[in-house]
Order: sequence, then structure tokens, then C-alpha cells
Amino acid sequence: MNFPILSSIIFLPFLGALFIFLSQSKTSSNKSAIYVSLFTSIANFLLSIFLWYSFDRNFTGFQFVEEKNWISGLIKFKLGIDGISILFIVLTTFIAPICILSCVNSVKSRVKEFLITILVLQTFMLGVFCSLDLVIFYLFFEAGLIPMFLIIGIWGGPRRVYSAYKFFLYTLLGSVLMLIAIIAIYWISGTTDLVQILEFKIPKEYQYLLWLAFFSSFAVKLPMWPVHTWLPDAHVEAPTAGSVILASILLKMAGYGFLRFSVGMFPVASEYFTPLVYTLSTIAIIYTSLVALMQEDMKKLIAYSSVAHMGYVTLGIFTFTKQGIEGSIYQMISHGLISAALFLSVGVLYDRTHSRLINSYGGIVNILPKFSLIFMIFTLSALGIPGTSGFVGEFLVLLGIFQKNYFVAILASLGVILAAAYMLWLYKRVIFGKLNNDNIKKIKDINLSEGLVLSLLAIATIVFGFYPEPILDTISVSSDYLIENYKKDLIYHLMVNK
Amino acid sequence: MEYLILFLPLLGSIFGYFGKSLGDKFSIIITSLFISISAILSIIVFYNGIVNNIYGNYKIFEWINSGKFVVNWSINVDPLSSVMLVVVTLISSLVHIYSIGYMNKDPHKPRFMSYLSLFTFAMLTLVVSDNFLQLFFGWEGVGLSSYLLIGYWYKKNSANNAAMKAFLVNRVGDFGLAIGIFLIFFHLGSVNYQEVFKLIPDFSNTDINFLGLEVNLITLICLFLFMGAMGKSAQFFLHTWLPDAMEGPTPVSALIHAATMVTAGVFLVVRCSPIFEFSQIALNTVAVIGMITAVFAASVALVQNDIKRIIAYSTCSQLGYMFFAAGVGAYHVAIFHLFTHAFFKALLFLGSGSVIHAFNDEQDIREMGGVWKKLPYTWVLMLIGTLALTGFPFLSGFYSKDAIIEFAYLRHSTVGYSAAIVGIITAFLTSIYSWRLLFLTFHGKYNNKKISLEKTHESPIIMLIPLIILGVGAVLSGILLKNFFIGQESTNFWKNSIFFINELSHDHIPLWLILITPIIVTIAIPISYYYFIKNPKILENFKISYNKIYDFLLNKWYFDEIYEFIFVKPLKKLGDIFWKRGDENTIDRFGPDGISKVVKYISNKAIKFQTGFIYDYAFVMLIGLSALITYLILK
Repeated sequence: MNFPILSSIIFLPFLGALFIFLSQSKTSSNKSAIYVSLFTSIANFLLSIFLWYSFDRNFTGFQFVEEKNWISGLIKFKLGIDGISILFIVLTTFIAPICILSCVNSVKSRVKEFLITILVLQTFMLGVFCSLDLVIFYLFFEAGLIPMFLIIGIWGGPRRVYSAYKFFLYTLLGSVLMLIAIIAIYWISGTTDLVQILEFKIPKEYQYLLWLAFFSSFAVKLPMWPVHTWLPDAHVEAPTAGSVILASILLKMAGYGFLRFSVGMFPVASEYFTPLVYTLSTIAIIYTSLVALMQEDMKKLIAYSSVAHMGYVTLGIFTFTKQGIEGSIYQMISHGLISAALFLSVGVLYDRTHSRLINSYGGIVNILPKFSLIFMIFTLSALGIPGTSGFVGEFLVLLGIFQKNYFVAILASLGVILAAAYMLWLYKRVIFGKLNNDNIKKIKDINLSEGLVLSLLAIATIVFGFYPEPILDTISVSSDYLIENYKKDLIYHLMVNK
Repeated sequence: MEYLILFLPLLGSIFGYFGKSLGDKFSIIITSLFISISAILSIIVFYNGIVNNIYGNYKIFEWINSGKFVVNWSINVDPLSSVMLVVVTLISSLVHIYSIGYMNKDPHKPRFMSYLSLFTFAMLTLVVSDNFLQLFFGWEGVGLSSYLLIGYWYKKNSANNAAMKAFLVNRVGDFGLAIGIFLIFFHLGSVNYQEVFKLIPDFSNTDINFLGLEVNLITLICLFLFMGAMGKSAQFFLHTWLPDAMEGPTPVSALIHAATMVTAGVFLVVRCSPIFEFSQIALNTVAVIGMITAVFAASVALVQNDIKRIIAYSTCSQLGYMFFAAGVGAYHVAIFHLFTHAFFKALLFLGSGSVIHAFNDEQDIREMGGVWKKLPYTWVLMLIGTLALTGFPFLSGFYSKDAIIEFAYLRHSTVGYSAAIVGIITAFLTSIYSWRLLFLTFHGKYNNKKISLEKTHESPIIMLIPLIILGVGAVLSGILLKNFFIGQESTNFWKNSIFFINELSHDHIPLWLILITPIIVTIAIPISYYYFIKNPKILENFKISYNKIYDFLLNKWYFDEIYEFIFVKPLKKLGDIFWKRGDENTIDRFGPDGISKVVKYISNKAIKFQTGFIYDYAFVMLIGLSALITYLILK
């Protein structure tokens, strides 16, 4: 195909942002900016759906590849997707309009600038999922930091500066190491083109250090225990739209990175460090679930639960089994929907009462019956009730890990009980009971745009709970290919050693 | 038709919930109507099965397909599931109709009816599943509906807590069930019943290393599956949620916490009889846990005062019966008892609902008494229920309970004999507490101070009709169906849905064994009349002189307190430690905050160099220059 569809998807939001920026004048209202950004993001979503539709599910390699020389002979601007990345692209373009809609209710100052930031951020995120060149990937991956930093730092809550710096400090540490690793890879293999690197097969002795460098970057972004403490703070201070993007997409970039780069380029090291990943993930699941149980701030609770849920993702990836890998991809997509919905729900309450503390609520169901119903659906998906997308991902991951290590599987399964405990307790304290607090007596139920957004997400989680085939079918061939290559590479390195 | 049975309740639930705007009546009618049709169709399916031998497996669509792991949504109708279909839809439709009267004054009727239908749908998917994963879906689905219904009165804090407790304790069981499913898939490569059951005999001697222990694979699978069953069926250790679940409206207790959902565990064990048969250890565990639960729950039921809690413990105890029946290999008898129990226990619960209704929501039996003439229908029906429960001759409970004791005896093993003894003892305890309930509620002096005797009233006709149907079931279901379930027709009836390695022995049962239970339960009637009505002082004195035993029973063997002490508090404490000490005081302190502090400290020191005075800079430059020159010279 000659039409550069991937570039179009990546840069369309950027164009939208540019348009808003250029047409900015004192007379133009916020409304037109909202319409422009909504239009671009929805158009982009339709474009990505078209991409998904025309995607060939039985083809093993990368599709829609675009290649241009950027710095001639050195770095190529190379894009392409497979069954794994296509889903993240669709997720990103689906979440973006939702964020834009949500900021109508929650962002009160500098609306245009906020929209520009969101659209630019969207471009960077899409770039991450399409890049087939390490340098391009790195640029997009790190550039995403800047808009996020601004979103927290400018539109955030009272402790926004502290949170923004904490976020920056953590992620920067990992990035620096990854940059060094990328330079080292270029020095070893003479290219930064992912496809060529995969064919080149990086020698075993280099793999360990390089793996650790990539790992440190991804582990911070995911985040894994013990480098997770930036996440709760960032979420608490970020505005609703920021939390949504952070939880549903930014975290997934790291999971995607593990799949695409760590496992692909460094199979020997991945195998070698598996116990480390299992240990950290298991700790993350149990530890952060218990911490989540004790939180008094709704956003913090959900943030901690995200860490626990991402623990399943890393467990799944490093099982190198079909169920584990597909489960963790499914878990990422599903968590993208559910966490977005949960943060939006908290946003709904926050916009009305300006409080995130659990004990300032209680008895919400008496005045917000619609909201309570929809929040119940998300609560249940978060605790992985069968029939919601949360279940499929978690169950497949556990099924995968069970084939590798009983002990880890049992501990991780215990996390499912804890998830029920903290989510139901949260729900009970916020929604049930009698109305005691005067501040919340007068608030109104969800309005049309909130209802639309939340129902869309609710329908998506339920449909993918009963009928996961669209997703599982898309990733099936790619995950097979990934596992097959992984095993081949392991054998290759064993032979070389002899 | 099978599709209609399954999906009508779901449609009813959805229409019922979102049809609120069309008025309460619409919701009530649509839910009750749909479920009734579903019940009628189930009976037709059951009849077709018995008479025309029509069974089948229908695939709805594919659910999950990941590598070897392929699972379908399906409807599987075989003798076992057709029995369950009848139990679930029939009791459910009666409860729906009863609720129309019982919940009459409630402002949220559509929500209530919708939840009831949702529950029915989940339970039906559970019983018609042809694989373990759909079973798991139904399993958690019924748990969810039970959670929603226990917490139905969301303004009551105790109801919300009870709902959460029910869900969490059930999740502990579900965790076991999930591990069981993982084991099955990992070692047998499928989760489809037929494929798994076919492969099981090949694995009967396989040992695996599980967490450092060498264990027989099948035993391990069975024990984990049974853990799930224990949670759902409120067996000893995981029973604590059931009595608390009585916080929900009474129709819910009748449907979910007596007749259907709690029997899911028994159903699971029976469904997996092709697996359990290969592990004697697992079967013995099932039997022993069943026996302990039967005695334990009956002993606690003796001293409780809340009418619904007594019946709840009674349910627990009867479930114990079903489990030890399954544990001694008499799966068909377990299902028979499940079947009859559904009728008389639903009758008792709905009857007690009628009593509670009469006393304006009073549940303490010490506050009742002497009203049998005022509530004649309720009284007669409760009497039937009590007689059936205690196993009074020729009522339904008589056939199923005696059959359990007899089959246990015929096993001729230690477990079998002890099960028979436990069965007889529990039968005695059962009749004592059941008659205590009946006597204190309906006979003796009138004790209620809040409303006068004249104001107590019989329930409306719409509540009585379901009770009468259940009463008929409680009387006749035993005598009519025993031939199919456990008699000569049984092998022909169950076909392959229940599996036995060794044919059950058809030895002659000694006469004394046949007679002992009916005699004991009959003697219990005058005994309890004497102690509870004629001469209650004796018991009062007993309470005072042996107050430790009494308190022990009254506080349900202190299970709640122990669990609070070993699980709830330490976990909360741990969560707090991880958060405050772990995240804030360790990771943050030495991580980002530490780094920024160090940076700040160093830059504070560095600032001191920048004094702004030219002579300071000149001095530093001079030192630098001389150092450089020294270095160059020395080199």
C-alpha cells in the first residue's frame, strides 16, 4: 500500500494541535478548540479502526511498513505494526476522544493549551507503538514524558510540583540507561533497525547488561515494585484526563516495550532474569494490593491497584507461554479500559464535590443511582468477575504462569482475593450506606456526555468479557511468532556457545 | 427450548431493570413471567429426558481461544443438569411470585426482581456448562448476585458488611476452584468435562511435585475443587458467611442461601464424580468435612434465637449430609437429598418470611409464640416443612435422609460407619432444633410486646400459593421420585452423568437401621415439647450452670472472632506497614526524596563558592593555577 497510513495516524493529532495553536486568538472560544480536537481524535479513531480492519491477521511479520531515511545512513524513520501493536494503537485512539470529552467538565483554566498538550501526547504515544527503529522509539518514548510532566505540573492539584518532579526523576533515570544501551546496540550490530537487529542476534555476553538497561526504563514506567511510588502521587495530582492517559496508555508503553524489545532482542537474558521478574511482580501484586486496601484517597487506591494489575502483565509476558503472553496483552488492553473508566468515575465525583477522600462520601447511591450502577460494573471488572474483560486477561495470565511455577501462581491468585477486598470495600464506603455528609446532598447524577463516555467503556468491558475473539484472534499469529522466535533464538545461542 | 430456559431469565433481568420507567408493575410481571416460562420448559426437558431419553449438547459460541486453551459457551443437558434445571427454575419462579407480595412495600422492587432473575441466569449457566470455565463463570456470577442481594438494603451497614463477607469468603473458595482448573488444564490439556473425564483414568497413578510435596495429581485436583465447593456450600471453615447472609430479604435466603446456590458445591462434586472416584483420600476428606459441618451447624442451631439464622444453620448442616453422602460415593443420593431439601427448605424459609411479615419484621423467636390459630396456613405449612426436614416417615426428607444413612452404612468402611452414626446423631439434633423453632414460634405464650396478638395477620394469597406448591413438593417429591433417583430405575435414569467405579452394594439393610432414625425423630417431638414449652426452667438452669458451653454454641464456636484475629486485622496492619513504612519511609526516603535532598545539600555547599566577591574568585584561580603549574613541573 502506498498511502502512508501509519504516519497519518501518528501525525493527525499533531496537525490538530497545530491548528488549534495557530487559530488561537482572544476571540475564538474554547468551544471551537474542543470541537477541533474532538473531530481530529474521532477521525483518528476511525482511521485506526480502518487500519485494524485492513490488517492481515495471518501474516507473521510487520505490516504497513514505511521507511524513510532520516539521518542518512545512520537512522531510518521506520514504522510498521503487527498484531500486538495494532491493538494498542486502537486503544490509544479510543481513549483520546474520551479524555477530550472529560476535560470539558474538569479542566477550567487554559483549556486550549490543555487540548494541545493532549493531542501532542497522543502523537508521541502512537509513535511508540509504530516505531521499528530504536532511536525513533526512544524519541517518542521519552518525548511522551514532557506533555505528561506539563499536564501534572500545570493542571494538577496542590502538590503538583512535587509529583511532577518525582515522576520526571524516576523516569529520567531509566531513560538515560536505555539511551546508553541503544548506543551500545548500534556499536555492536551497526544498526538501530529493529528488524535487522532481530536477524543479527545480539551476542549472549552483551545481552545481560543491555537487558538490565532496558529493564530499568520499562520497570519504572510500568511501574514495577519498588520503583512504583511515583505513580500514586502522579495520579493524585494529575487532572482526570491526565490520570486516564497515564493509567490506560503510558503504563502500557512499558509492557509493550518488554514484549517488543526485551523479549525479542535479548532472549537469553530474558530467560536468565525471569526469576527476578517473577519475584518483583509477585511482590507487586501482594504488596500493593495490601497497600491499596488501606488507602483513604480514591485515586491513590486505584493507582495502587494499577500497580498490582500490571504485576500480572509482567508475570504473563515472562512465562513465554501462549496463554501467558496473550493474557498479558489482553490484561493491558482491558486495564486500559477499566482504569480509564475508574479514574473517570472518580473524576465525576471530584468535579462535583472537590474531594477525593473516601470518608467524605457514603450513600452516593441515594442520589446518583445511574452513576452507582456504572461504577459497580467497573468495580466488578477491576476485581476480575468472569464476563468482564478483566477476567479473561487475569485468568489467561494465571493459566500461563501456572505452567511455569506453582508457587508464584498461587501467590498471584491470592491477589485476586485481595483485589475483591479493596474494590468492594471502596465501593461500600463510597456508594452504600446512608447519606450523612451535607456537602454531597445536592450533587446531581451524571450528565449526558459523562453518561455516554462511561457507558461506552462499560459496554466495551462487558463485550470483551463475553466475546474476546476480536482481540485474541488479532494477536494469535503474532504471539505464536514471538514465542517461536524466542525459542529458536534460545537454541541458537546455546549452539553458538558450544 | 434449551436456549429459552437459559436466556429468558437474563432477558427478564435486563428488561426488569431498565424497564423501571414503565412502572414497577411492568418489571414485576416481566421477570416473573419469563422465569415461569423457563420453569415450565425445564420440566418439559426433564420429562423428555426421563421418558423419551432426549439429551443434548448445544454450542452457543466460542468464548476464549488461546493456543490449546479453547472454551465454548454451551448448553449441556444431561440427567444431572436437567434435575438441576428443574430445581433452580421451579424454586426461583415460586420465589419470584412470593416476592411480589413480600416486597410489596419496598420502593426498589424492579431492582430486586431483576437481581433475582440475574441470579437465576448465573445459576443456570453453572449447571448447564460442559466445561470448567463456564462453570467458573456461573460460580462467580451466583456469588455476585448473592452479594448484590444480601446488600440489597444498602442503607443498613450490617447488610453491606454481610454482603462483602459473603463475596470474600466465596472468593477464597473460588481461588481453590481456579487452582483446580489450572491443574486440570496444565496436566490434562483441556477444561472440557468429557475430554477431562476421559483422560482421568490414565493419570490415576501420576504423582507430581507440588510446592515441594509429592502428591497424587488426582487427589490434588479434587482437593482444590472441593475447596471451591466448601466456599460456595458453606462447609466448615468457610461457612461463616452463610448465617450473616440472612441480612438479605427473606425470599433471597430461600432461593439462594437454601435451595439453589449453596448446593452448587454438591453439584460440583457430583459432576466431577469421574475424578473424585479415583481418589479415596479426596472422597474421605469430603466425607469428613461434611460430617463435621453437619454436627457443628446442628449444634449451633440449637441455641440461636433468630428464626432465619436457625434455618441457615440447618441448611449448613443439611449440606453437610449431602457432602458426606457424596464422600461415601452415593452421589445420586446426595442429589436426591439436594432435590428434596430444595423444597422443604425453601418452604421453611418462605414460611418464616410469612411469620416475620405477620410480626412486622420481628425475627427473634423469643418475641413470638402462641399465634398458630392466627396464622393457620402458615402454621400448617411450617409444620409440613419441619416434618419433612426432620425426616418424619413418608415425607420427602425421610426418603433422602434415610437413604444417605443406609448407603453410608453399606459402604462397610470406617468412614461409612462413622458417617452413618453422625447422620443419626444429626438427625436427632435436627429434630430438636426444628421443633424448638416451631414450638417457640407458634405455641406457648404470646411474647411480643411491640404489637398485640390481634394485629398479627396471615399473609396475602400471592405469598401463600407458592408456599402451598412447595408444601406439596415437600410431601410428595420423595415418594414420587425416589425410584428414579435412588431406586431400581436409578442406573437407567442417571446414565453416564454420574460415575461409579464400584457398583454400590445392594446388600440387605438391617431392620434396626431402617427403624432407628424414624423412631429417634419421633421421640424428639415430645422431648422438645417438654423442654421448650412445658418446662423451660430446666433449660434456663442448664444455661446458667453450663454457661461456657452455651456461650460457645451461641457464638458459633467463635469462628468470626478467630478469623478477625488471624486474617482481617493482620492483613490490614500489614497493608498499613507496607504503605507507611515501606513506600513512604523506605522507598521514597532513600529513593527520589533522598536523591533530591542530596542534590540540594551538595548545591547548598556549592553555592558557598559563589560569594560574588572578586577576591574570592581570584584566590580560587590562584590556587588552581599554582596546582596546575606544580603538576606540569613535577611531570
